[in-house]
Amino acid sequence: MSKKFSIMILFVCVVMTLLSVPVLAEDEVFQVAMVMPSKINDYSFSQSMYEALKVLQSEVGEENFEIVYSEDMFNVADAREAIRDYADMGFDLVIAHGSQYGTSIQEIAPDYPETAFAWGNGTDFFGLDNVSVYQARAEQGGYVFGQIAAAVSENGKLGVCGPVESGDAKTYIDGFKNGAAEAGAEVSVTYTSSFSDVSLMSAAAETHMDEGAMVLTGTSQSIPGAVSVVKERDGVWLGVQWDTIPLAPENVLVSLVYDWTPILNEIITKMTEGIYGGAAYDLTFENGGLQILWNTENLEIDQELIDMADDLAQKIVDGEIEPLPAG
Amino acid sequence: MNNLFSAATIFGIIGMAIRLAMPYLYAGLGELFNQTAGCFNLGVEGIMMMGAFSAFYVVYQTGNLFLGIAAAAVIGLFMGLIMSLISVTFKAAQGISGIGLTMFGVGLSSLLFKTLLQGTVQSVAGFAPLKIPVLGDIPFIGETFFQNNLMVYLAYCLIPVCSVVLYKTTLGLKIRSVGQNPQAADTLGVSVIKIRYLCVCIGGVLAGIAGATFSIANINMFQEKMTNGTGYIAVALVYFSGWKPKGVLFGALLFSFVNALQLRMQVLGINIPSDVAMMLPYILTIITLVFVQGRDAPAALSVPYERSEN
Amino acid sequence: MLLKIRSFMQKTFDAILPIFATLLALIIGIFMLKSLGKNPLDAYQALFEGAFGSQRAIIQTVIKATPLLLVGIGVCIAFRGGVVNIGGEGQIIMGALASAAVALYLPIPSRLIMIPLCLLTAMAAGAVWGGIPGFLKARMGVNEILTTVMMNSIAVYFSNFLLRGPMIDPHEIEMGTRAAQTAQMPEYTWLTRLAPPTQLNTGTILAVILAFFAFVLLWRTTIGYRIRAVGFNSAASKYAGIKVPIYQAMAMILSGAFSGLAGGIELFGVQHRVLENISANYGFNGIVTALFGNLHPIGTIPAAVLFGGLMVGGNKMQRSVQVHSAFIDTLLGLVVLFVVAAKIFSTNRSKRRAKNE
Repeated sequence: MSKKFSIMILFVCVVMTLLSVPVLAEDEVFQVAMVMPSKINDYSFSQSMYEALKVLQSEVGEENFEIVYSEDMFNVADAREAIRDYADMGFDLVIAHGSQYGTSIQEIAPDYPETAFAWGNGTDFFGLDNVSVYQARAEQGGYVFGQIAAAVSENGKLGVCGPVESGDAKTYIDGFKNGAAEAGAEVSVTYTSSFSDVSLMSAAAETHMDEGAMVLTGTSQSIPGAVSVVKERDGVWLGVQWDTIPLAPENVLVSLVYDWTPILNEIITKMTEGIYGGAAYDLTFENGGLQILWNTENLEIDQELIDMADDLAQKIVDGEIEPLPAG
Repeated sequence: MNNLFSAATIFGIIGMAIRLAMPYLYAGLGELFNQTAGCFNLGVEGIMMMGAFSAFYVVYQTGNLFLGIAAAAVIGLFMGLIMSLISVTFKAAQGISGIGLTMFGVGLSSLLFKTLLQGTVQSVAGFAPLKIPVLGDIPFIGETFFQNNLMVYLAYCLIPVCSVVLYKTTLGLKIRSVGQNPQAADTLGVSVIKIRYLCVCIGGVLAGIAGATFSIANINMFQEKMTNGTGYIAVALVYFSGWKPKGVLFGALLFSFVNALQLRMQVLGINIPSDVAMMLPYILTIITLVFVQGRDAPAALSVPYERSEN
Repeated sequence: MLLKIRSFMQKTFDAILPIFATLLALIIGIFMLKSLGKNPLDAYQALFEGAFGSQRAIIQTVIKATPLLLVGIGVCIAFRGGVVNIGGEGQIIMGALASAAVALYLPIPSRLIMIPLCLLTAMAAGAVWGGIPGFLKARMGVNEILTTVMMNSIAVYFSNFLLRGPMIDPHEIEMGTRAAQTAQMPEYTWLTRLAPPTQLNTGTILAVILAFFAFVLLWRTTIGYRIRAVGFNSAASKYAGIKVPIYQAMAMILSGAFSGLAGGIELFGVQHRVLENISANYGFNGIVTALFGNLHPIGTIPAAVLFGGLMVGGNKMQRSVQVHSAFIDTLLGLVVLFVVAAKIFSTNRSKRRAKNE
């Protein structure tokens, strides 16, 4: 017993000693930290931002642009600590990629004037000159996709597998419903009330298809469940937030991709000029943040359809179409 | 809106309930073995996730579905061994070791997914629907009951098998006696430890397969945390069942039916808040439980066995 | 004298057992980190620094430990009464929602009235949510494990319903962002912050006081004695004339009240608004915490700090070394498994001792 005990104590001592070896200091590079409630590969909101950062990184080289992230920060208290800690560690730009992080940014940002913060989908920058806020105008894409879906549907029945009735999922769906209704299609929506319930998502898609809707859309990291059903039963899927084409190359007609690079570029360019925030950005068709990515590689798509979508997007840009119904 | 009562819709709901019940059946029957022998395994969720991942990974690499199921079963067995080691040999508090096993299994499956598949969601060709000749051609009924995939049929075949094993064989008698009165069973020469190990391992294998049904017999892809609490519901269903295989069947079907029904109601545009609809299966399970009375748990459930002479 | 020393040694051994189990898990973690291509030393340094390495780290750990402690106390009471409360998640959510409703819709701008009122509401809501399974068990013999699991899901959906509909922040609708959260609680309901800008608040002190209170309740009062008697041997208690179902239900109600309060303190002390996932797995992790503390309210205090530290340090590890969050989950799972398994050493020792004497 005593022998075992002393071995254990020795081990503890060794571990403790090793733990106190200092880490090496960091080099001078542009450092970005991203805090998100889901994961970098969620096929939706978080992935769109992470991939945009990757694009920027590949432009300037990995040695000049460092990206770190905290996933699964659905607990706001944890996220808050992560945001503060990144700022403390001297990151140049801290991205709080979740609408629930607003209060945290509001409280932390004033303590770190040398750090730029970005908050999305956020509502305002609280008058702070080191906070930028960005938001996806999902309803614009929703409207166009509603029209596209109505055009490709043979029986005028569309299904939406929304996970939740909140955030930009909700605004997308509202836009989609409006667009579809104006094109004379009938939309039914299911909510599974969970971002992660893949199984129920697939059951929801199956139910839509049982009731005759062959053209489906939806958001969140649980959509692979729905896409797999669409693939199996040979329906049509319209992806949102990130490119869903790899999930079902034969069935995903089009994806609405959030491309944050223009906005990120602007934020970073301004930072080099010494402006750390105080601005709000909208991801829209106009600034190229909302992109319609057609699956032309695997499917033959009618050019008329593509033109129609471009035309609608242009009309939204020109203000001729209101994506959301009045009131 | 008005066609909720059309034949197609009703059979559609039933058909979906039958498919949705599948993982609950495997996991629930596995847990039934655990509990009948007096072991309470709350780690089902973790075992399921490991089963889901291993089955997916093997199928992704080899394309062989049966190897996938076998992999899930082996991993389930291994997780079952860990559980029995901790709860039978080390006599640990079972509820908590189950929670630990769940954390471990869910975490490790995500970690493996990130490492081995770079965290990319990909799909495989899973079990295809298997139409039973003649019966499958009957309108509505055929489509609902006889055009499912192999794993669905197997799940339902497992119920009579479990009934027979637990209630008609010597092994079943031993299992039940170990769960009711381990001291007496021990005196009669039944090895309590061996029986418990066996049952927890059977439970592990079935939970592993339950996980596999997600990734290769239903959705045919892998996503982190995809079982989403199914394991906990499966454990709850065993209590619901009154420790009878057909009770598990009834519970699983009821739960799945209400889920299928609420989804259908949403699609048909019947106006209830979706979150309220989502609550229905849970509320209904509790209510049913209140009205179904007279259930006796195995007397030694979740009590680690100690030989009194030492 | 010798006996006293031995008993003290025994107790110390019991207390440090979880630490050894944790270390064992960390050793296995070294191999996992190696296979992930990360430097284990860097990783563990970050873990330790993130949990206890600086004043702020310690404060973060304590903030995290507070809800764990409260849920843990509740779990202790339930376990002592022979019932299993897996419903912490649901009770936290209901506690937070109910007290948020009071804070938002009852315009009495007085800290003196509102803070006690809000916290009591949180406790009451948790007590109700824990009491339903307790009542069902007492009157109908319905197993509480099943009902608490179901009640967790119901609470999640109920909260989603409220946060996306009736209780959503009006500002979110106005701006069109529609994030599922309530408006910020009025400032007069916030718990006092002890070390701004951190979120350390008076809730932590309250939690520690309540741990002692729970200890007194369980070991120094008749009610507590009966709860423990019921949990220790329900048949014997019944013969002794204790109304077993009532005390089991009471254990559940008390347990729920503590979890509900955890929700309230998380709301008024830390978050200041109800968001999705406010329970953040505290309901489950609280069970583990209670176990770390040998199912004793006082023991739960250091256990909560240790476990909270592991969680906070784990997040730091993710930030510094970029290991996947899943690694930390796996590690925590291992820790739990080893801790429960290690229990046998302390039970065996005490048994051997009992036999020798």
